[in-house]
Amino acid sequence: MPTLRQQVHRLRGAEVLDLVADVLVIGGGPAASWAALTATEAGARVVVVDKGYLGTSGATAPSNTGTWFVPPGAEREAAIARRQLLNGGLAVPRWIDRTLDMAWQRLHTLADWGYKFPNDDSGKPYLNNLRGPDYMAFMRRRVLRAGVAILDHHPALELLTDSGVIAGAAGIDRQRNRPWRVRAGAVVLATGGCAFGERMLGATGLTGDGYLMAVEAGATLSGMEFSAQYACAPRQSSLNKGMPFSWASFFREDGTRLDTANKDRHVVVARALLEGPVWAQYDKGIPELRLWLRQGQPNCFLPYDRTGVDPFTQRFPVTLRCEGTVRGVGGIKLTGDDCSTGIPALYAAGDAASRERMTGAITGGGGPNSSWAIASGVWAGRAAAKFAAREARRIRDRRVTGIGRAGLRPALSARPDASAGDILETVREEFLPLGRNFFRGGATLRQSLDRLDRTWAELRDHLPGEGLAAVKSREAAALTATSRWAYASALARAESRGMQRRLDLPATDPEFVCSFEVSGLDRIDVTRSEIPGAVAQ
Amino acid sequence: MIEIVSADRCIACDICVKVCPANVFDPVRQKPPVIARQSDCQTCYLCEIYCPTDALYVAPCAEGPTGITEAEVEAAGLFGSYARALGWRRGKPGGSDKDPTFRIRVAPR
Repeated sequence: MPTLRQQVHRLRGAEVLDLVADVLVIGGGPAASWAALTATEAGARVVVVDKGYLGTSGATAPSNTGTWFVPPGAEREAAIARRQLLNGGLAVPRWIDRTLDMAWQRLHTLADWGYKFPNDDSGKPYLNNLRGPDYMAFMRRRVLRAGVAILDHHPALELLTDSGVIAGAAGIDRQRNRPWRVRAGAVVLATGGCAFGERMLGATGLTGDGYLMAVEAGATLSGMEFSAQYACAPRQSSLNKGMPFSWASFFREDGTRLDTANKDRHVVVARALLEGPVWAQYDKGIPELRLWLRQGQPNCFLPYDRTGVDPFTQRFPVTLRCEGTVRGVGGIKLTGDDCSTGIPALYAAGDAASRERMTGAITGGGGPNSSWAIASGVWAGRAAAKFAAREARRIRDRRVTGIGRAGLRPALSARPDASAGDILETVREEFLPLGRNFFRGGATLRQSLDRLDRTWAELRDHLPGEGLAAVKSREAAALTATSRWAYASALARAESRGMQRRLDLPATDPEFVCSFEVSGLDRIDVTRSEIPGAVAQ
Repeated sequence: MIEIVSADRCIACDICVKVCPANVFDPVRQKPPVIARQSDCQTCYLCEIYCPTDALYVAPCAEGPTGITEAEVEAAGLFGSYARALGWRRGKPGGSDKDPTFRIRVAPR
């Protein structure tokens, strides 16, 4: 039998790229890479499709990210206990432990494979950090070497089903304007979180596509109210990287200093930004830090070096960038330890999956999410391969149907004047402002939901999704749907907890040590569920 | 955003067309690629480091083009500056083993 890569080559002149695989992975970041590698190890024939390029796609590739790398035993127990004090009581120690355990194993594997970790002063490889561009270039080589067929610039537009079982996906090759279809025994969604159209490196293309595809298939999301994570960035820049700001002072326009001592600097800066411009300067820290920061976080200095600012001696204007569910929490609810979603043959990994059980109500940004991408990718890839093995002989003979609707197949007449670009602006206006999302309130949430519900009804009925235009139309649909799921969940959680900051309900209410699950497209249903294994504080 | 494809430096290898996660470039036969969808650029700077000849320049403003010229970028020595800071050479990875971030993580705050 020809390999999948040979099949892709043979079909290069065909009108439609039509493939049959055991496992289809959708996405191009670390979770997708680990899922593809693990499914291959388990004997599956794997195709990866990504909207961009596996190696540069997603939030990890342009970043320098910590890993959550804690040895088993007392040190790990202590790390879990520390985290439990912060996470709002919604995380489950067993899930933190198994995430840490798998990341511990696979980061060692990465070192064995030859990824170039730096050595610390004791001469031991420092596995607590991954440099994004290098890590993802390395993962691409590994995935290719494993025999996986990678289809870059092949956005998935919809899932395929056969009598309620997920049977693949279809989309378009956006560089050749050619439709593709992959029938597969199981599908892993590793499409990342949603940054709601924010201009931010690695995240502007994260538009919630996987959430939309999963909910269309009948899946549920959870933790979507925890979508109000923001990061400091030099104003107008794409650099939402917080590390250098740990040594920054912040100032109002009149030069007075903001008091961030023992406070969440994001909240202090957000309040000040609502009143006027905020400036920062990296004026704290020991002298050696300047060199380490420049060498260790070089992308953070591009905005300064390219505009002639010395951030250690000069003040520069800052903003807060919305990181949505990328460094937030919400995503596809997992129904089992194997990253299953409750929909047969559909698995979720990385930021596409809800990280609520690992990180609770606070950000998993940096280390935890990076370790989660590894662990959940491994679990999902393994389970998808196992599921597909049972289906293997039947995949080719299946009668599959595309289940994508909004942004692909308008319910009523397509209107050429309906614009995906206008919809994106609407989502930005409702979801990015500090006064709407960072600080929330019942009245503003309802007002935003009204507008977003109307936008949804319009696009569902009239937004055309033909040919290449379908890519932006589907993104517009996913962004609109995701902002509605997030705000509907934020209304249901009638309290403040972690990153959900309700100005009208500032207290944390012990009644709300629970999850909110959200589903549905035209009518959104939010249901409360208890968290088995959660340890309330 | 991506602002400059230097015709002097570019060897028309089209690697940027392939690696840009936002599909910003269009290839042109035997010529430098064109910036076809500039507003889709997410200012991630990765095209710069994958470019084997340091022919690309991404301005740090993510909101819109600044209009900076190739001569200005050249004069300021900014072509390839991010790749050099990382230790990437000719579009290939390098330097992750020299990352001092482990020192930053334990530095006093």
